[in-house]
Amino acid sequence: MDLDYFKLIDRIVDLNLGERTIVVEAQVPEKHTIFEGHFPGFPIMPGVLLTEAMAQSSGWLLLGVLKFERMPFLAIVKEAKMRGFVSPGQLLTIEAKVEHEGSGFAVTKAKGRIGKELKCSAEITFGLTPFPDPAFRVHMDAMAEKIGFPMQVLKHD
Amino acid sequence: MSSTFDQIANIIAETCDIPRDTIKPESHAIDDLGIDSLDFLDIAFAIDKAFGIKMPLEKWTQEVNDGKATTEQYFVLKNLADRIDELVAAKNAGTGA
Repeated sequence: MDLDYFKLIDRIVDLNLGERTIVVEAQVPEKHTIFEGHFPGFPIMPGVLLTEAMAQSSGWLLLGVLKFERMPFLAIVKEAKMRGFVSPGQLLTIEAKVEHEGSGFAVTKAKGRIGKELKCSAEITFGLTPFPDPAFRVHMDAMAEKIGFPMQVLKHD
Repeated sequence: MSSTFDQIANIIAETCDIPRDTIKPESHAIDDLGIDSLDFLDIAFAIDKAFGIKMPLEKWTQEVNDGKATTEQYFVLKNLADRIDELVAAKNAGTGA
């Protein structure tokens, strides 16, 4: 989890395009200035960052579903629930599923866990648009490789 | 069973917090009800789910942008209800939506 660059997902554990599901891991850093303020003496991951982590997980899933031909942009967050504290050093596992693929938009449901304990969940809607800039697409390809996006699954779908 | 228009009107009322009695078959979703593109995403999701279809919003938008259709054809609610009925009929006939 690289909080400074807002890259919250470290590794794709499983991507199933048939089931339209993804499982990712995100290692919460032991130290970061965010935890100095949120909160002094009781450092926890801000809910907005847990929500963003669920959105990024869903985004990688949708990139797979869309075969990297379109980019999902966050549009709506519903029913975002922070069910328990997530602390520095914990390994967050996030699973997401495509709930609906509409025309120009998609809706996912995502859940974040520490171990087996459910910590957060949300329903998230994305607008799906062509990549606005070729350099952006190149960057996403590089990011995909870094987090272990299984490009081979795109060829077998 | 309520009419297609009634189902759409109920969805819009609930999604956009618009009083149900102000939503008429002649209402234009954008010009009269002030529904913006983000709210329409929510409405589209609810309509897709309720009717088991995939409204071709991108195709409709393209047709309007190309001057091949007017916004009234798709966004006046009685017309939207007709389009949805067509999509449901096509789905039931197995010809796709």
